[in-house]
Amino acid sequence: MFNRDRWKEILEVLSSNVFRTLATSFGVGWGIFILIILLAAGKGLENGIRADFGDIATNTMFMWSRNTTLSYKGLPKGRRFSFKLEDVQAIKDNVQNLRFISPRNQLGGFGGGNNVVRGLKTGAFNVYGDYPEIIRQEPMTITSGRFVNYNDILGKRKVAIIGNGVKNELYNKGETVLGTYIKIQGVNFMVVGTYQKKDDGGGEEGQKEIYVPFTAFSQAFNMGNNVGWMAITALDGSSISNLKEKIVSVVKDKRKIHPDDKRAVGYFDLYEQYNRVESLFSALRWVAYFVGVLVLLSGIIGVSNIMLIVIKERTKEIGIRRALGEAPWSIKKQILMESIFLTIISGMIGIIFGALFIYGVNAVLDSVGPVDMFVNPSVSLGVVVTALVILIFSGLLAGFIPAQSAIKIRPIEALRTE
Amino acid sequence: MIQIKDLHKSYKMGKNSLHVLKGINFNVEEGELVAIMGSSGSGKSTLLNILGMLDSSDSGAYILDNVPIKDLNETKAARYRNKFLGFVFQSFNLINYKSAAENVALPLYYQKVPRKERQEKALKYLEQVGLKEWAGHLPSELSGGQKQRVAIARALAAEPKVLLADEPTGALDSKTSYEVMDLIQKINDAGNTILIVTHEPDIADMCKRIVHLKDGVIIEDKKIEQVRAEQYV
Repeated sequence: MFNRDRWKEILEVLSSNVFRTLATSFGVGWGIFILIILLAAGKGLENGIRADFGDIATNTMFMWSRNTTLSYKGLPKGRRFSFKLEDVQAIKDNVQNLRFISPRNQLGGFGGGNNVVRGLKTGAFNVYGDYPEIIRQEPMTITSGRFVNYNDILGKRKVAIIGNGVKNELYNKGETVLGTYIKIQGVNFMVVGTYQKKDDGGGEEGQKEIYVPFTAFSQAFNMGNNVGWMAITALDGSSISNLKEKIVSVVKDKRKIHPDDKRAVGYFDLYEQYNRVESLFSALRWVAYFVGVLVLLSGIIGVSNIMLIVIKERTKEIGIRRALGEAPWSIKKQILMESIFLTIISGMIGIIFGALFIYGVNAVLDSVGPVDMFVNPSVSLGVVVTALVILIFSGLLAGFIPAQSAIKIRPIEALRTE
Repeated sequence: MIQIKDLHKSYKMGKNSLHVLKGINFNVEEGELVAIMGSSGSGKSTLLNILGMLDSSDSGAYILDNVPIKDLNETKAARYRNKFLGFVFQSFNLINYKSAAENVALPLYYQKVPRKERQEKALKYLEQVGLKEWAGHLPSELSGGQKQRVAIARALAAEPKVLLADEPTGALDSKTSYEVMDLIQKINDAGNTILIVTHEPDIADMCKRIVHLKDGVIIEDKKIEQVRAEQYV
């Protein structure tokens, strides 16, 4: 393989007709270029959509109560019900492989009236009564102070963690936030932390939330044992989509809801949504590979064709070599190496141009600002390695038929004088 | 060195079969310089191809340096050719993008001789044919006689048992032909066995033995008094 004479010969052969070599290599380079661009575009789309999901734990479902639609055990249909705290425990006891269950109660909401007062300033915000785990399911950055912890839960402390949007509306610039009080529906809470959420496309809404301990919330706003909403995350490796049936049936059993009542318990399976998008991405990847490889194939056929012509031209030379005692496999190896060398070099050029192109696109994207659903198109090292493997394989493929025809040349025919 | 017994060869051409060699018997001793003569169609090229393992016979035995040559696959034939035989062709058959020295070194490359040794040997044989100064030149920069001398150097480089020359002077004018024959005679003087296929009587007279072929059989096999080519050079 690392034989100086062999390489010298490969270079001699390929440089003997420079224009033809360039024209041939263009086909393969172009194929790889298209493949890289397609994969990068797919990746860009993927990055864009993934950014919308943010850091949310995707193996999560959300569950809330609605009205019953079937009567059951003497209870009428159309009944309003609410989850209870004991349901949370029941789920924990009956369903395995769950990581977090965060019950939540909520005040305010979309377009709600002003519910928070501080001094002369008022604002309308979502107020959540939460458990500490929620920060693992709905990630946010604590910019000062701390988040809710279990001492807050146990002590039913009236503390609040406010978003940056809340801070901007209720406080003047530069004002101390930690340790001050805000009045939520007439009840004072001490601010112990501020947070910022990654911009998830929801605009300012995500920054205008207030988190208080679940227990303090229940007490302050007369929720009793009620739970408005739950976020349930499964352990990595087991999918929430498979567990949700069980979870819902546990809750139905506890709340005396007809097992066939499909509309009493509302839920949203984030994982299913996420998987749907994931499968879209892998479909995109397949399309990219499919189209790229097909374009590459025409390049490979080009290389194969040229190798056949080269062998036709070198028939006599191959005959001489055979007469001088070169073994058939050595000739075959030579042809295959020429073909692989040509494919790899031209593929590399395609990869380099593809990378430059992506670099250019990124530079343009950076200068014009973010584009919806398209972030940082790129190809990973893995893709480049895959491309190289495809190239080596295609080189072999392109060289195989010519090599086979080269060793079929019998020296006696090749040497027959004109 | 070479023993041939009852060699037959025929070519199929459609339904007809052309019987080219009809039972050839002859032996060549070490150090001989044999001319194989005959008009075209006499089977002399076919005989040379069989001797050169470029073609196979239909029946009969061929023993080269006590090795029976039979049942050859391509790989084995290539190895035997490389080890036993040196070829000189009418049209020189040099590889035109390789320099004279590289052409000469080619058979050694197939013997996996180390690069440095290869180059030294190539220069040595080029010197022997008087072309050391032309080592770096491409065949296109050489005259016909020079090309043939490079080809002879290449044939010698592998130190073969037998040198097979197919009309070595066929493409050369008579003065250059004699120069090449002079070289061949000197190589023969050094003890090499050489077979030359030719149809030129003056070239045949410069050998030590003439085998005359006609219609696939040997009609004459005689030892002759060698005419030295030196006197014409």
